Amino acid sequence: MNLLESLRIPAREITDEAVYRDRRRLLAAFAASPALALSGCSDASPPPPPSKVSITPEQARSGFRTNEELTRYEDVTSYNNFYEFGTGKADPSHAPKTLRTKPWQVAVGGECAKPGVVSLETLLKGFTPEERIYRLRCVEGWSMVIPWLGVPLASVLKRFEPTSKAKYVAFVTLGDPAQMPGIRYRALDWPYREGLRIDEAMHPLAFLATGLYGKPLPQQNGAPLRLLVPWKYGFKGIKSIVRIEFVEKMPETAWHAAQPDEYGFFSNVNPNVDHPRWSQRSERRIAGSASKLFAERIPTRMFNGYAEQVASLYSGMDLRKWF
Amino acid sequence: MRRTPAGIVVAKTVLHIVALLPAAWLGWQVWTVARTGSDVLGADPVAEIEHRLGLWALRLLMATLAITPLRQLTGHAVLVRFRRMLGLYAFFYACVHFSAYLVLDLRGYWTQIFEEIAKRPYITVGFAAWLLLLPLAITSTTGWIRRLGRNWARLHKLVYAAGVLAVLHFWWLVKSDIREPALYAAILAMLLAWRVWKRYGAVRPASRTAGSR
Repeated sequence: MNLLESLRIPAREITDEAVYRDRRRLLAAFAASPALALSGCSDASPPPPPSKVSITPEQARSGFRTNEELTRYEDVTSYNNFYEFGTGKADPSHAPKTLRTKPWQVAVGGECAKPGVVSLETLLKGFTPEERIYRLRCVEGWSMVIPWLGVPLASVLKRFEPTSKAKYVAFVTLGDPAQMPGIRYRALDWPYREGLRIDEAMHPLAFLATGLYGKPLPQQNGAPLRLLVPWKYGFKGIKSIVRIEFVEKMPETAWHAAQPDEYGFFSNVNPNVDHPRWSQRSERRIAGSASKLFAERIPTRMFNGYAEQVASLYSGMDLRKWF
Repeated sequence: MRRTPAGIVVAKTVLHIVALLPAAWLGWQVWTVARTGSDVLGADPVAEIEHRLGLWALRLLMATLAITPLRQLTGHAVLVRFRRMLGLYAFFYACVHFSAYLVLDLRGYWTQIFEEIAKRPYITVGFAAWLLLLPLAITSTTGWIRRLGRNWARLHKLVYAAGVLAVLHFWWLVKSDIREPALYAAILAMLLAWRVWKRYGAVRPASRTAGSR
């Protein structure tokens, strides 16, 4: 082979692409902070969920309603992270009411026996709405206590009869720029995506909300259907859901796609694992009508205070690695 | 002592009022919230206070850095007489911003400040920006200007570094929407590029004279 021919050999024949990619990943991990180095792990597959998890109904129920002071309706509905309606905290509540929530359809598919596109009414038919009072801890370091109205996620999912191949559940938000003015700016890779491991999704605390404070969900809070996973950071609670899919592989999520070193798939509230840019040790509770100006910060609790109910889902898992 | 022309006194008075207006407005809002629990500062007033103070510190810092290019562009040498004032107001807002973080935000966790400065890059650079402004504020008096002589101008070049760090502080704290910090970065880049261009890029008769001396 002469020199000219050797030049024609594509680079991938000399260096295997997988090796090349791995090299880049390693370099990136070394170059960056220790926190970044952890992200190299996110390419590997996580440990399987524990085979046997036992949560007694009493244990579960004790997490359904906290008796902490509630966040006022005005605050719940005026301080929102819903980038589809603007990235400022007040933007979603100030946005024109352009979201058409009636009719609303949800497409459920993937690894299940009874996939289908159903109207919201059909999806929730036969369920009596329950009230749950959950703590909501935002990854930014503030928290609220909110009375939601809705149904357990597990009961809804079971209607579609997920198969044994359904290891994860992926959720997708509406991504219509005509109804969501914020989509014009690519703050995230639209549409918003989230996901749960199947055992997390089937946990009695995982909840689909259709209302808050006894009223229908306002647009800014994720009307007409949103997810709540109270032991995880708030962004896991995907809003205005239009698609639910049972999948075998861990699905990509919006924030992980944007910054994999900062937002993991699990994103369980954990005061011992800092966000690379800020501490997660404490939080500012937005609750009550007393002056919030001089309110003391409160310590953030493991799994947002739901450790008794959910810690067993992660037994044997390195929560620093699988943040 | 030279008498300051009336025009300058009036202009300075106006500038004092303009620079203090955001603080006065915020002060009034804080007072209202503390007294009546009003929602004028939103659901998380502490975050709003911090953000607004920081924003005004940054804006005034940019205004300070805009004086020299404006003077060179317009030929109004008088503009330089407002520079110290703007710089000191920038420092004032930076101080209140930092205090709000300590006193209203960290509160009982205030001892965490050392850890935060060491571990969180956006706080590291924010604190560094404030620290750089400190000697500039101290040596801003006429006495210090005289005492330091040529070194005064050298020392006060630190303001460029403070500007860069302040913008970085903003940039690194946002989660994904970088439009606002990017705007300030662009303004800063223009202000600094102007200086670089003036110094190295432009062929001026003045520099030729200087060279032939």
